[in-house]
Amino acid sequence: MMLDSWELLGLHGLGWMQLLQLCGHFMLLSMLAVGGAITTAPDMQRYLVHEQGWLSDAEFTASVAIAQSAPGPNILFVALVGLNVAGVMGLLATMVGIMLPASVVAWTVGRLRRARHQSIVLRAFTAGMTPLTLGLLLSTGWILLAPTREHWGSIALVILTVVVMVRTKISPMWLIALGAVAGMLGLTG
Amino acid sequence: MADESDKPLPGASPSAPLSPPAPSPSLDPSAPTGRQPQSPGELFRVFNRLALQGFGGVLPVAHRELVEREQWLSPNQFVELLALGQVLPGPNIINMSIIFGDRYFGLRGAFAASAGLLAVPLLIVLVLAVLYQHFASHALVTSALRGMGVVAAGLVIATAVKLHSTLDKNPVGKPMSYALGAATLVMVGLLRWPMVWVVLGLGSVGMALAWRGLAAADRAEAAGGDGRSP
Repeated sequence: MMLDSWELLGLHGLGWMQLLQLCGHFMLLSMLAVGGAITTAPDMQRYLVHEQGWLSDAEFTASVAIAQSAPGPNILFVALVGLNVAGVMGLLATMVGIMLPASVVAWTVGRLRRARHQSIVLRAFTAGMTPLTLGLLLSTGWILLAPTREHWGSIALVILTVVVMVRTKISPMWLIALGAVAGMLGLTG
Repeated sequence: MADESDKPLPGASPSAPLSPPAPSPSLDPSAPTGRQPQSPGELFRVFNRLALQGFGGVLPVAHRELVEREQWLSPNQFVELLALGQVLPGPNIINMSIIFGDRYFGLRGAFAASAGLLAVPLLIVLVLAVLYQHFASHALVTSALRGMGVVAAGLVIATAVKLHSTLDKNPVGKPMSYALGAATLVMVGLLRWPMVWVVLGLGSVGMALAWRGLAAADRAEAAGGDGRSP
């Protein structure tokens, strides 16, 4: 299949209002992303796949997998999700959305600070959010498995990945390569 | 891609220095290092270099580059910056780059450092995505990506597993911490409720409990107790 560059530039049938909506939803998620951008993946998937129908389960998981196989901050999966929803304009909408509010907050707090961050408010905020962060990470794992979780091979591969990551210092790069091979051999469904 | 030579060798242990030309850092972790970035361009280059080495997590690389190699931050300053980056919404490495860049060159520095983290990795990811679209009709590529998706899920779950021990000492209290984590998983992961309501609801409960636990611990400490929360 030839790559159609017009397809990348096009909006995939989304209107400008929907693009704004997309950007707005990601701005909301930006403010909620206390444990990192990946903790908002379940809500992105709920919104894009189930509520709006702009992406399929498989496209969503593939975006995260491609981003994790490349170097750099893992927030870049958001760029690929945007690209898959509405081409380059979608990429801009999702990236500006997820980056802008959090960056403005970081910049402002960085300037206001030099104050101590040992205040009970900040400590209570961090400690109170930690359990949610863990729940959101587990949700993300569960949702990324949506296209493959019926298959015994993928369950075994997930368990292997978790054990290797927790028990050893092996680079995740090798596990991703192993996943690609396992997939090609048809072990993951 | 331009910085290919700066990537660690595959399988190289993350603690093995990559040949830092710098003199050995001061042993006092709180000593100011005295070194600092000379221009926004230098900020961009260093943050770009560390982003390109980060497969599945940029933070360990950030520590090696900013503290050990460039010596722009002492270990203590790094931990302080990390703590701040973590309590703020958004990816903590990007928050750190914004605060760090702003400290030296204002808004220009904040842009230079965060752009350094994002620009080249974004291009690489886009090239991969375009290649994927190009070959998407090949069954092998689709199956490879399905396998990679399974591993991606495992990597995220592993992060949660590694962090679960922090719940034991959480001022929220161990049983309530696990209950809040499980409730989040059920509501967001299984019931697929909108995240905003779950975070506002369960987050307030968590923060209220943490506040109570911290206040009790502070009182116990002030009274000369052992500082353990009830």
